[in-house]
Amino acid sequence: MIRVEGLTKDYGPRRAIDNISFDAKKGEILGFLGPNGAGKTTTMRILCGYMPPTSGVAQVAGFDVVDQSLEVRKRVGYMPESVPLYPDMTVFDYLKYMADLRRVPEAEDRVEDVLEMLHLEERIDSFISSLSKGMRQRVGLAQALLHDPEVLILDEPTIGLDPAQIKEVRNIIQEIGRERTVMLSTHILSEAQQVCDRVLIINKGRIIAEDAPEQLQARVTGAKMVSLKIGNDPDGVESILSDLPNVTNVKKGKEGSFEFETIPGTDPRPDVVRRLVHAGYDLLDMHAVGASLEDIFLQLTRDEPTVPEYAEIDILEEDDVNPDESSE
Amino acid sequence: MMNIWTISKREYNLYFASPIAYMIAFVILLTLGIFFFLNMQVAAAQQGYVPGVETTLIPMGTLLVLVIPAITTKLLAEECRLGTIELLLTAPVRDWELVVGKWLGGFFLLVTVIALTLVYPLMLNQFVDPGIDQGPLLSGYLGILLVGASLIAIGVFISSLFSNQIAAFITTMGVFIFLWWIIGPISQVLGPTSSSSELLSFLDYSTHYFNTLVRGVIDLKDVVFYVSVTALFLFLSTMSVEIRRWS
Repeated sequence: MIRVEGLTKDYGPRRAIDNISFDAKKGEILGFLGPNGAGKTTTMRILCGYMPPTSGVAQVAGFDVVDQSLEVRKRVGYMPESVPLYPDMTVFDYLKYMADLRRVPEAEDRVEDVLEMLHLEERIDSFISSLSKGMRQRVGLAQALLHDPEVLILDEPTIGLDPAQIKEVRNIIQEIGRERTVMLSTHILSEAQQVCDRVLIINKGRIIAEDAPEQLQARVTGAKMVSLKIGNDPDGVESILSDLPNVTNVKKGKEGSFEFETIPGTDPRPDVVRRLVHAGYDLLDMHAVGASLEDIFLQLTRDEPTVPEYAEIDILEEDDVNPDESSE
Repeated sequence: MMNIWTISKREYNLYFASPIAYMIAFVILLTLGIFFFLNMQVAAAQQGYVPGVETTLIPMGTLLVLVIPAITTKLLAEECRLGTIELLLTAPVRDWELVVGKWLGGFFLLVTVIALTLVYPLMLNQFVDPGIDQGPLLSGYLGILLVGASLIAIGVFISSLFSNQIAAFITTMGVFIFLWWIIGPISQVLGPTSSSSELLSFLDYSTHYFNTLVRGVIDLKDVVFYVSVTALFLFLSTMSVEIRRWS
């Protein structure tokens, strides 16, 4: 459904994405993971026909994004990161307008169906300016779904939502993703893990890893982090933990909480529990901490042989950019 | 064509969802009404003065210069500020369809307001004997529509350059004032012998309207002038939208 080969985009002297290639099949939810400014939005904008690439090929549903831009745009539903909407229109008028622009047959019925699917039917006649952030997000999603697109591109679909809304939006995306291709960007690893079939990690315009989320995590987390909490006086816990085999890097946190790392391939947790309980401590909680995005990120960028090159490029860019800025 | 219609319909309806349409109609009708009343007073006091349709057409031309910036400013500048331009540019709509749709929405509003001003020539027709001259009425209203269409096209172009509406408004107003009031005097100061004077007097926006169309003369030269300005600025607006994609 999506095929990208050697895609590059320059903004003046700055290279936003650098020779990236990937593809996505029908019925696949592809996560695009990376820090801000990594090139996620640029890639998505190219894929939905908003801007042409500097070089490289991008195809959506078999159509080229440059030469057959209108065909691509007919088949893509896109929700930009900022979820732009017209505040002075009602939910219904706005969606009807977008449906008309996309020539959706029987637009009014379709708008009502989509609103029902996203549990917005009660706000159908509300002005968009009166909606909460979560509802606006859903209106933005409704806009992307109106024409029943083959490919759905969602830029940070859960940013700024409360946990209940995040869960709801994730469920909707999974529902949609069964028959369509969904590409979503995020910088939250757990989100990618829960929702996506495959994850691309992008940094400084390059794809540095591509895999299923579980594999990705297994690949990068050699050492496991464990966190535990003691209910009574925690004096002496640190020394008990440090004395145990396979436990390293013990850190004392606030209010009786501790963290330690395990030596790869071992699981000292049963020993830890036995020793602590035996010594009379009240063990309230113990759980393994998954690697955060930063951990994965640091590890992946550390493994990258081209890191010094990035650093050089950065320095050059700053020199190039600064005179421009001062002259503006 | 469907897309143009969809876009222009939204713009037109939105003018009536905000105070803009009513304010513009109010200002134009009130001002023209005052002029109408004063002319009737003069006609009653002075023997031999018969007011014609130009008593409405001349102030209306100037009023357009002042109100059209309020119509055009938001058309594209607001899309950029809200970010909704990203939705329009990723919808299956060609860039020129977007520009023409926006222009047409503004133009339809102007046509609506101008149609309302027809009450003054109609009333005048009742008061003067043997009725008003039909020629200037037709050519004058054609002139108003041509001037309006071209000024809206210029306004759409300026709106496409800004995401700040106030900046777009001030710029549009400045450009209109230059075209309407300043080019003419410059060409007069330079004198008829100067080579650039001929070009400047051709570009003088108001003479194409005041000297011929208001007086009942439909000169092809004037029609071509306004139509070309409209076409040129719709083209430039399309370019401006397209450049936005590249940056």
